[in-house]
Amino acid sequence: MAASWGFTLFLCVLLMVCRGLSLAGEDPDQTLSSSGQVKALNPEIDNALSSNHGTTGEGGHAVEPITTLPIVSWKWHHVTTPYLVALWILVSWLCKLVIEANHHVTSVIPESALLICFGFILGGMIWAADKVQTFRLTPTVFFFYLLPQVILDAGYHMPNKLFFTNLGGILVHAVIGTCWNAASLGLSLWGCQMGGAMGDLDIGLLQYLLFGSLMAAVDPVAVIAVFEQVHVNDVLFIMVFGESLLNDGVTVVLFNVFDAFVSLGGPKIDAAEIIKGIVSFFVVAFGGSLVGLVFGLLISLLTRCTKNIQIIEPGFIFVLGYLSYLTAEMLSLSAILSIVFCGMCCQKYINANMDENSVQTVRYAMKAFANGSETIIFVFLGISAIDKVIWVWNTGFILLTLLFVLVYRFIGVFFLTWILNRYRLVPLEFVDQVIMSYGGLRGAVAYGLAVMLDENKIKEKNLMVCTTLIVVYFTVILQGITMKPLVMWLKVKRAAVTEVSLLEKLTNKMFNHTLVAIEDISGQIGHNYMRSKWKYFEENWMSWILMKPSARKKQDQVFDVFHQLNLKDAMEYVTEGERRGSLEFVRNENSIIDFKKKSESESFDINNANMSNDHGAMSTTSRDPIPSVSLEMHEQIMKAVREAEAINAHHLLDQHLYKSRKQHRHRFSRSHFDINRDEKEVQEIFQRTMRNRLKSFTSAKMGVKPPKTIVKHTQKEQQQKMPNGKSMDKAKTSYSGDEGLISFVHPAGIENPAFMPDLDPMDLLQIPPWLGESELDSSMVALSHRAQVDLPRTPSNLRRLAPLRISTRSTDSFTLENIPDTQQMDSDQLQPPPPPPRPPRDDGYV
Amino acid sequence: MGSRASRLLREEEIEEIKKETGFSHRKITRLYRRFTSLDKGENGTLSREDFQRIPELDQVNFRGFMRTLAHFRPIDQDNEKNKNPSATEPLNSRTNKLLFAFRLYDLDRDGKISRDELLQVLRMIVGVNVSDEELGSIADRTIQEADTNGDGYISFNEFIMVLEKGNVDVEQMMSIWFLH
Repeated sequence: MAASWGFTLFLCVLLMVCRGLSLAGEDPDQTLSSSGQVKALNPEIDNALSSNHGTTGEGGHAVEPITTLPIVSWKWHHVTTPYLVALWILVSWLCKLVIEANHHVTSVIPESALLICFGFILGGMIWAADKVQTFRLTPTVFFFYLLPQVILDAGYHMPNKLFFTNLGGILVHAVIGTCWNAASLGLSLWGCQMGGAMGDLDIGLLQYLLFGSLMAAVDPVAVIAVFEQVHVNDVLFIMVFGESLLNDGVTVVLFNVFDAFVSLGGPKIDAAEIIKGIVSFFVVAFGGSLVGLVFGLLISLLTRCTKNIQIIEPGFIFVLGYLSYLTAEMLSLSAILSIVFCGMCCQKYINANMDENSVQTVRYAMKAFANGSETIIFVFLGISAIDKVIWVWNTGFILLTLLFVLVYRFIGVFFLTWILNRYRLVPLEFVDQVIMSYGGLRGAVAYGLAVMLDENKIKEKNLMVCTTLIVVYFTVILQGITMKPLVMWLKVKRAAVTEVSLLEKLTNKMFNHTLVAIEDISGQIGHNYMRSKWKYFEENWMSWILMKPSARKKQDQVFDVFHQLNLKDAMEYVTEGERRGSLEFVRNENSIIDFKKKSESESFDINNANMSNDHGAMSTTSRDPIPSVSLEMHEQIMKAVREAEAINAHHLLDQHLYKSRKQHRHRFSRSHFDINRDEKEVQEIFQRTMRNRLKSFTSAKMGVKPPKTIVKHTQKEQQQKMPNGKSMDKAKTSYSGDEGLISFVHPAGIENPAFMPDLDPMDLLQIPPWLGESELDSSMVALSHRAQVDLPRTPSNLRRLAPLRISTRSTDSFTLENIPDTQQMDSDQLQPPPPPPRPPRDDGYV
Repeated sequence: MGSRASRLLREEEIEEIKKETGFSHRKITRLYRRFTSLDKGENGTLSREDFQRIPELDQVNFRGFMRTLAHFRPIDQDNEKNKNPSATEPLNSRTNKLLFAFRLYDLDRDGKISRDELLQVLRMIVGVNVSDEELGSIADRTIQEADTNGDGYISFNEFIMVLEKGNVDVEQMMSIWFLH
């Protein structure tokens, strides 16, 4: 708590500094602050600069005659706008930092509500200093600079399958629901005014409908913020979230149509205008989506060929995403829909096309942008409230709006869901509907639209803005706070967090196939059938065009899960090894198999087979992904050997390894992340090592030191290097680390006659790690038959796969062929295995 | 058309099917039409050629056909609880759905999934891009993951356990809306 108070104080100080700066800049000139113009957070630099330069800025450094060369000069006006923008971003994010410092609070009150409250405080401070609100959220800033990244993030991380499965429901809610909300709210308010419920207001029916249309839309930003913290089940989440994203098209159209109608005035509206309005809805919604799709495809295509500019390839997604937003805006189509579909469309292909690092970068940057601007939005929603100008109180209007918003949302959701449930496989339950209705949060979009209203046309604009703000606060703060208890109380099905298993994934996929088959058999075209057709089209055409050939392979879900699980295992494997202080077991197996993913799983299999050998321990450990039993076993075997080795190796490393200077390690480069590929350094290391070795070699010849230890050490040295490599990367590193060492040795080592006898006999004399390991294993624990079968990369193992490849069709022929083969396999086991260096995937066996 | 279909189907047979599978009368006649249209040989059974991979549908008459389809009826939430426990389990119960799924893997019907059976299924399901060796290790890994007693096979109980643990919604995954 003390910490957060400290932060608050710090914030205050920062704010004061910021104020002080701006005052210091303004005082000598005109009193800008009194004019109440919105200077900051209006990053249209042109505007800001022109206002500043026109009035003050020019005088600051150009007009004043220079008498002497100034060493330092105070150029506040030079940097005002960007400086204030940066400061405000900093302040907003610090607010978030303060809020997140205390989890007891955030577990009760959602972050968005707290951010708004912080906005109140900050706004109060500004107001106290200025007596007028100088900073507020302007529609331009909101729609052009804050909203796009939030929506792009939402689209990019959209669970596509879930979304399209529920698309029907989402669309019904987004289109009909929003229209219903707008119409009912507008009409009811108008009716209430006719009934005299809210005194004397200069608002006509059309203006009420305009107000209704801007209040109608559920706000994606608010919904994400609140629902992210309440983990409701997937279907419910996608219904609310999808609706909030898609209803933008409707809102924009309704808003524009009614805005135009208000301008036209009542009498000029005829059937033709109304039909135009309806047509414009389709144009705006579908046009926006189409623009998004086009840009999404463009991004996908582009990422096919960005291999050589990996560093900036993540940037394309952001730039093109933003362009799709702006293009749609330019064509007066739905910008939000555009950027949503852009994100949804490209996610699959760019994830496949781009390098793993770039994908991660996109993911993190996207989250960083979205989260950052979400924070700013909420803080500024709070700040905007502290302004005397907009507060026009009309109890009847405000309370009735609140009531109608809530009530009509409930009515709309329940009615539409009732219809939808008749066509849904899994009907939405009553509690789900309650949460859906209650999750109808209004947010910054409504506020932005309200501020955009034209004061000349709508006399009561300020009342509308103020009512919108109240509705936003009510929904985000009150409903946001009560959402979690409500979800608990109603026992809404929560999202289960489980790890995927292969069988599950496989069964899932199988179910999908089966359902398609059954639909086909029973002669119905259901959505499973449609999905399979789409998938077929997608795999055969879209992927072919949009995806790199190399990326297509990894598209299989089952394989993907398999790959993920293996990566996880490999990491756990290494962590476990490190925890136990040694990676001996990894090293041993490394010498047999390269740590590629598939081989890894087989080695894993050995361990499992070992586990099944001693049944006592198995019951407790068998579900443990870390093969702890085998670790222990290995440890017992290797303990004595290893201790001696370790001492030797450390000693040797100290003596012989050249420690490169650190500053060599990270060379700065704009286009590469490579760490230390410096030829010279490698050579230097090599030469030093060689010199040392030569020295010891000659001394050994002279009888000072037996050469044998050195021979032994060199091998140890190679092995000892590995843990270092391990910690850097997951699976591949051990492999590459090996290679790296070899490459150290080879280039000059072959030419060096003194060195040759050292290295070569060692390689030959050494028992192949292959043999060594299997012998060790079988001497300690009798391997089960299965484990022997699964010994990695024996030729028999490969041969066993061969018949499978031949007989892909029928069961019977397969089993027949397999029987003699398994027998033969046993005899194979008795033969000595071939030397290890032979690559595992030898074509001779295929 | 409809009258012909229902004429071919005896009334008592419909009743029996209705009792066994829970389909409505209208659905049964509708599916019977579909059945006859699929039945190229016009001998009252569907043969293996049409349904290569669903072993349940190996040489089925209409009764069997309906029984298979009944597995894919969504579960009626309300009725399930009211039923007396002594009654036989309906075909679309969770266990039966699971059993159906299990049999899709268990090609030789010995009550357990072996590595080879899994491999065959994998080959059909996983894309062509994955090599046979990779398929083999996927199969190994899958078995190892589910195989709690370490016999190298996945039994029905083990199969259920894996699917219960995760959040695969079997009721949902094995249901088709229009068969309601």
